[in-house]
Amino acid sequence: MNKTANHAQRVSVQFNRGLPAYVALTLYVLITSALLLSNTRTSLLTDIIFVLFLMGMLAIYRARVAGGYKLVLAAVVLLGVLPYFGTRNAFYVELAIQAAIFVTLALGLNVVVGFAGLLDLGYVAFFAVGAYLWGILSTPQIAQIAPGASPVEPWMFYLFLAIGLLVGTIFGILLGFPVLRLRGDYLAIVTLGLGEVIRVLAVNLDRPVNITNGSQGIKDVARPPLPDVLRALMPGLGDAQIYQIFIYLMALAVLGLTVLVVYRLKNSRVGRAWEAIREDDVAAVAMGVPIVRMKLLAFAVGASFAGAMGVLFAAKQQFINPPTFDLLRSIGILAMVILGGMGSIPGAIFGGTLVTLLDLQILPRIAMELSALKRQGIGIPDWFDPAQYQRALFGLLLILMMIFRPAGILPDERRREELSEGEGVEIVETATSPQPEAASS
Amino acid sequence: MALLEAENITKVFGGLMAVNSVSLTVEKGSIVSVIGPNGAGKTTFFNVLTGIYKPDGGTIRFDGETITGLRPDQITQRGIARTFQNIRLFGNMTALENVMVGMHSRLRAGVWGAIFQTPQVRQEETRARQRARELLAFVGLERRMDELAKNLPYGDQRRLEIARALATQPKLILLDEPTAGMNPQETAEATELIRRLRDELGITVVLIEHDMRVVMTISERITVLDYGSKIAEGKPEEIRTNPRVIEAYLGRGAALEAQMR
Repeated sequence: MNKTANHAQRVSVQFNRGLPAYVALTLYVLITSALLLSNTRTSLLTDIIFVLFLMGMLAIYRARVAGGYKLVLAAVVLLGVLPYFGTRNAFYVELAIQAAIFVTLALGLNVVVGFAGLLDLGYVAFFAVGAYLWGILSTPQIAQIAPGASPVEPWMFYLFLAIGLLVGTIFGILLGFPVLRLRGDYLAIVTLGLGEVIRVLAVNLDRPVNITNGSQGIKDVARPPLPDVLRALMPGLGDAQIYQIFIYLMALAVLGLTVLVVYRLKNSRVGRAWEAIREDDVAAVAMGVPIVRMKLLAFAVGASFAGAMGVLFAAKQQFINPPTFDLLRSIGILAMVILGGMGSIPGAIFGGTLVTLLDLQILPRIAMELSALKRQGIGIPDWFDPAQYQRALFGLLLILMMIFRPAGILPDERRREELSEGEGVEIVETATSPQPEAASS
Repeated sequence: MALLEAENITKVFGGLMAVNSVSLTVEKGSIVSVIGPNGAGKTTFFNVLTGIYKPDGGTIRFDGETITGLRPDQITQRGIARTFQNIRLFGNMTALENVMVGMHSRLRAGVWGAIFQTPQVRQEETRARQRARELLAFVGLERRMDELAKNLPYGDQRRLEIARALATQPKLILLDEPTAGMNPQETAEATELIRRLRDELGITVVLIEHDMRVVMTISERITVLDYGSKIAEGKPEEIRTNPRVIEAYLGRGAALEAQMR
């Protein structure tokens, strides 16, 4: 046993760098891609393959191969295989879109909570603001506020992505002001309150002037026109299918931009100032960091991405209503950040993807399979309804994760260095076998 | 020429006069100690000087400018740096990053510069990194640059705090008990480092210190606080024999005994 474990470790170390790394990584991506493309029916098997396929992104990130090659592989996965697979199976693209949206939100919240250490429980408010911005202005709802006004043209959606960014920023600063002097628990409670205020406003601002259409929500939100290029690229497909790919690509673009911006900010004077505030705000201010300005900046930057993604979300759903933006959603996004590893960009991406997949795919699938077993009368008592226990399993997973990886799944690099000395041993383990190898440790 | 002139500084917490009309003048290029028994108000006085607390009375002039009531970061920008009694490093950041945070007010890169990675920003970043390495070398931490601050041994943490304070490019540095908890060997090294701050970098030093050997060997002037008030001020040899100081430290009996001798 011990021998094989050692052997496995030695092999994996070898696989981790140089030519073997290239071969292993390429093979992994190719095999999972091929498996995915040959299983286009929505099923348990496809679910598993899809997860393995996405794990490829993690392997690409962790493997020690040239940056350019990583980029190529990532492009193959995200821009080639996934959209192509999406033309065969809409469900999994929808998953990918949801994941992209929530990963972006997690990255934004990570700026506030992870970098600057400001516990914000009302983050979804900025997402709501972006969504309602486009929801109101792109539909006849605008005429309720300004009689005679007509909705903006659908193509202006692109402009509104930028405006959503700006409006998010403004709201970030506005909601940031009252909480500047607060720390920790107090900050959390006040942001929670502010988040709820935005939601309650969305519910109740149908009177005296109907701004949000109250709990009925806004329907028929406009979508940007489908670019002809995509039609030409995907001949023989219905517009609805192409449109989904289109949304997927846009979500990916916003996400990509977010990653780039967040990454550069983190490794700059601004990012260092945020981290200093998180670590010790008194020392930070004594070292010349203007904490008020830097905190507002963190709120503004974090909120801006949520604002832009809100615009995209409204266009994707074509319908928005207040319950989408409740406290539970804020907590969900926070869970993504914490699960992934506070302050860690790869962590937020991983956490966002994991929680979204768990929520929409993995847990429902487990419940479904258990229900199927129950119908066959195998091993599951009558009173137990798996669908009802889905969320309990999610909670259990959260608890276990926090016990065994308190710093998150992919903690901030600096922190990781001190936690494990064996550099990169597990990297290709994830690539060649997704099971965490408990034996070798 | 006086670099720092604090006049009649008063700070009240509830009913407690933490600092009671204390004045302190520090000449440029000198090393000055502030001593006094525990709870005498030394650290509070530092906190007022650096803007962490707003004074309830008095004025502070620094380098010809009134800085009373400015925010701590503004005061740091004007050239006063400090360390903390109970080390306050950014634990989860590396030694190098700690020093680079200290440079904040001397660097220009903003959000847009960082996002677009303009040539100026990249150059500035490279220079800052280089400068941070030099500062770490100055305090003897060049080999510890990539270690997390919280993982450094105690003595190194104290040094890192000094390097971080130096990164703000101060004219005056306030050291709050720089040798607290150190063994004699470390204390001697720290004393030497403090001297080098002044001799090699030309920085004026004010320190709070309990170790009398350090205070007496290094300071040119000493100010003694007790119960928030200044009870004595002068050269080390004057302070050593001042009955009020002995009384404050050792009690009335000891003071009388000293007088008898």
